[in-house]
Amino acid sequence: MSAKRNYGSLYAAPQGLWLLLFFAAPLVIIVAYSFMEKGLYGGVEPRLSLDAYRALANPSLLLVAFRTLLVSLVATVLTLIVALPCGYSIARSGNQSLRLFLVIVPFWTNFLVRIYAWIAILGNEGFLNDALRALGVVADPVQFLYNQWAVVLVLVYMYLPYAILPLFSTIDKFDFTLLEAARDLGATKLEALRLVLLPNIKGGLVTAILFTFIPIFGAYAVPLLVGGKDSYMLGNIIADQVTKTRNWPLAAAISMTVTVLTGLAALVFLFRSRKPAPQSVEEPAAPLGVAGTSAVPSGGAR
Amino acid sequence: MSEIVRPSAPRGRRKPSFSDWVFYATVLFLFLPLFVLFAYSFNASKGGAWTGFSLVWYEKLVLGSPELWKALTNSLLIALGSATGATILGTLAAVGTNRFRFRGRAAVKALSFVPMILPEIVVGVSLLVFFAGIKLKLGMTTVLIAHTTFNLPFVYLLVSARLEEFDPSLVEAARDLGANERQTLLRVIVPMALPGVASGFLTAVTLSLEDFVITFFVSGPGATTLPLYIYSMIRFGVSPVINALSAVMVAGTIALVFPLRKFLKAFAVHQ
Repeated sequence: MSAKRNYGSLYAAPQGLWLLLFFAAPLVIIVAYSFMEKGLYGGVEPRLSLDAYRALANPSLLLVAFRTLLVSLVATVLTLIVALPCGYSIARSGNQSLRLFLVIVPFWTNFLVRIYAWIAILGNEGFLNDALRALGVVADPVQFLYNQWAVVLVLVYMYLPYAILPLFSTIDKFDFTLLEAARDLGATKLEALRLVLLPNIKGGLVTAILFTFIPIFGAYAVPLLVGGKDSYMLGNIIADQVTKTRNWPLAAAISMTVTVLTGLAALVFLFRSRKPAPQSVEEPAAPLGVAGTSAVPSGGAR
Repeated sequence: MSEIVRPSAPRGRRKPSFSDWVFYATVLFLFLPLFVLFAYSFNASKGGAWTGFSLVWYEKLVLGSPELWKALTNSLLIALGSATGATILGTLAAVGTNRFRFRGRAAVKALSFVPMILPEIVVGVSLLVFFAGIKLKLGMTTVLIAHTTFNLPFVYLLVSARLEEFDPSLVEAARDLGANERQTLLRVIVPMALPGVASGFLTAVTLSLEDFVITFFVSGPGATTLPLYIYSMIRFGVSPVINALSAVMVAGTIALVFPLRKFLKAFAVHQ
């Protein structure tokens, strides 16, 4: 390779320039706006100001931030609790392609169609209320929608496949005879899973956590459509500040906060997962230790 | 040594374990909303209660929803356009960073990874602010730019993964045998990378068709995509046509995924 001309930068330039222009530059603008004064009719005044960051300390905003964190944590934990056995079950199944098919079909169904489907189930005129009334359990419709629980339920539904697929892909590479060895050496079933399986599937766990927590933390559509006013998340506040209140510096400051927080979370997780496991089954080629990355994209992270 | 009979074979038929039951329950959970939509799409009445079988919503879907068809056309145009753009740029960049060491290589790699871990809402808002700043009117162009941008990292990653797999000496051999850079690229590298390029393109098409949040911010008059249209149907008066549309889309997804089921494992594990 050394003797030939180096075309590397030539090849990489178009994508590099595109991302500089349409990804990095907009982000830089957001950073800059967050330190400016808000314009009278939207936009910004080009004067340096920390107003937007001071406004972050607003108790109602802090409440939303806290709620966003709580909802994201609860939804991520619930997702993992369900996804871990699912990934294990698919990996040990004799018919992996059928089981993957069953997970991927809902996952590839349009994001908004799936949200709408839950409205059709949980709504006052929905399937669940109809069923409950038909069975005589309730007389009047129960309000299932437009609260925190509906948001968590639908978020878990949306992001389950994002967790199942990377977990499956890591567990599938695991040498199951190790479990039997552990059992032969006297470990109980649970001990074997906890002490032998879990440390070996760290990479998949980290990917699963990142690919559920990050999109949920920035969730916008789900709380908007199945949540009520009291289930607003940071994503909704950002959108409102941009489109309704037109306080761009504040929207920028909240965006920065969200970005920094998710970035830190990602770094911490990736860093911790890079400490070598007792017997690593991760592929070294996987970018940044994220195994099964592309199992994720084809569904909507919305 | 005699054969040791293991209590449980690693794979194959066996009694459903705890994790299997969780899996079955999860599949029911995942499919329940799809079944409900499917059933409702054949319901004669507008409301929730079942009043009889009817195809009236399908008829309305096909004949009485010009806006929906416009939205679908927009979505397809944007998906194909942005996927093509992202595939060309992403493949070139992957070839460049895979074969050569050059200044800025690390920056290109980093820049290709970051957009994936950024919350969509931040990407959407920053693009909106950017387009406002350069006074570009929101419409098909801005949506196309936005979709190309969020598609790029995925194409880059998929093609890179593929390129890392094959033997670089093949490229060396081509050069030694007198192929110039263009011939090497088109006759050796691209054909070898084709599975990665194809999956990158398909992923980009799917992502584009799916996207709601980013599109929501950068779309303008005349650039309503299918997800935006469904969103407005949900927000401003649900018509049962949406059930029929959803049922068609679910059926379409199944029809698309089922022939690919043999490759799903490769899809989930390998890339």
